[in-house]
Amino acid sequence: MDFGPFLLLATMEGLVMAAVLALTAVGLSLVFGVMRVVNVAHGEFFMLGAVLAWFVTASVPGPPALGFAAALVVCPLIVGGIAALADRAILKRLDYDPEATIVATIGLLYIFQQAALSLYGPDARPVQAPFDWRLQFPWFGYSGYKLAVVAAAALLLLGVRQLLVRSRIGLVMRATQYDRETATAFGIDVDRVYALVFALGAALAAVAAVLIVPIQQAHYLMGGDPLLLSFIVVIIGGLGSLRGTVLAAVLIGLSDGIVSVFFSPTLAKILATLLVALVLVFRPQGLFGQRAA
Amino acid sequence: MLEVAGLDAGYGNVQVLHGLDLAVAGGEVLCLMGRNGAGKSTALKAIMGLVPPAGGAVRLDGVRLDGLPAHEIPRHGLGYVPQGRRLFAELTVAENLEIGLMARGHGAPTRERVLGLFPRLRERLGQVSGTLSGGEQQMLAIARALCLEPRVLLLDEPTEGLQPSMITLIRDTILALKASGVATILVEQRVDAALALADRIAFVVTGRIAETLPAAGLAPEAPAFRAHVGV
Repeated sequence: MDFGPFLLLATMEGLVMAAVLALTAVGLSLVFGVMRVVNVAHGEFFMLGAVLAWFVTASVPGPPALGFAAALVVCPLIVGGIAALADRAILKRLDYDPEATIVATIGLLYIFQQAALSLYGPDARPVQAPFDWRLQFPWFGYSGYKLAVVAAAALLLLGVRQLLVRSRIGLVMRATQYDRETATAFGIDVDRVYALVFALGAALAAVAAVLIVPIQQAHYLMGGDPLLLSFIVVIIGGLGSLRGTVLAAVLIGLSDGIVSVFFSPTLAKILATLLVALVLVFRPQGLFGQRAA
Repeated sequence: MLEVAGLDAGYGNVQVLHGLDLAVAGGEVLCLMGRNGAGKSTALKAIMGLVPPAGGAVRLDGVRLDGLPAHEIPRHGLGYVPQGRRLFAELTVAENLEIGLMARGHGAPTRERVLGLFPRLRERLGQVSGTLSGGEQQMLAIARALCLEPRVLLLDEPTEGLQPSMITLIRDTILALKASGVATILVEQRVDAALALADRIAFVVTGRIAETLPAAGLAPEAPAFRAHVGV
């Protein structure tokens, strides 16, 4: 294959990765932005989404598309519910202390991982794509499903943005983010907002996982990479900045895709980590973040 | 209307309020004065439930407010203007007002009435509130509290650091609210401002009310000010 088509293929692979990464990282960024909680268990919410997607698609009879559609709705809801419970049962009792919540979410990480190992097992299992339409280029064929993933992620991100900027609950979330005490003085139930934000962040990771699982297979240890990459993306984009997070996800996703194809995946990770180090040294608030008040 | 009896409150191990008693009626302005650290701001925060009271009672028309979750207290009709304004600085003027309106489910008529009091805010509805001038920010902080259609208004040093024209405007607003039957508790450091607005002045000393005097007939050089405020 010539260089041009090869670059096109690498770019498309990178875009798929960027799409899933953007969804996952926006969830992490939202939780940090509003609650100031560094959620180390975020990758496990991603994993739970994928594992649950396998259970749901395996138990819904009929065409694969039906089971997949069910998974797309049910998995984020269940994972969001689990997250809300974890918030109420653990994070709230720690009064959202920054250090204590890091340790607590490390604990959650292992609980979710071991629960998945016990209930789902150590195997990687595939989920069938809802359709296997292929886009035929002159040089290679490409999975139409992968392109659908990019489109679905873009739509979901747009939806999150509209929710935050246009809706009442979004307004309440932003007010809580800026000043928790004053929000309380104006009748905002901060505990409920926090549970909702934690659930929403987890649900975004879960929906990203449902989208990726026909490409990648579900496995109980699959949460590690998304967690690391989400942190990379969120640090580069600026903690709490949605626009920065999405742009950084595209940057990291594309460079990862392209460098992996032309050189090696290891070099791609080295470059991403180097970029994080440079951002932390020269622009610690991230490319689009604002300095902490 | 609002009664506070034997209120104890503090932060961690530090108790700030020691059995604070006060009462304010509809259409009355009660001014809290006292030295820094006497517990004036803490008294307002404890009434709002932001600092959970350790003892005592807060009643609004006989209904106990202490012990309620903090976010339910404003829904009983308490509007709070915190010290330093505490706007949602990255939200617009309109969004700040919307937060106030949502607290008790008020809508467009309330918003219009509040904007009628502060026409300058109407011109700046789309502006990010952190970029307003100090006086405009204070207007917005009061307007946001008025969006609750409060029965009781708690104001913590609303004229701090403002220019005289703005102080006059805020004073006129408080008097207009008083005329409409709102009960007001005002924390104020300046004697002239307190005397111009208050019906009664309560002097806070180490977390309790040392003395409450009617403002009428009180002179700025009265001994109570020297004893309790240090001016």
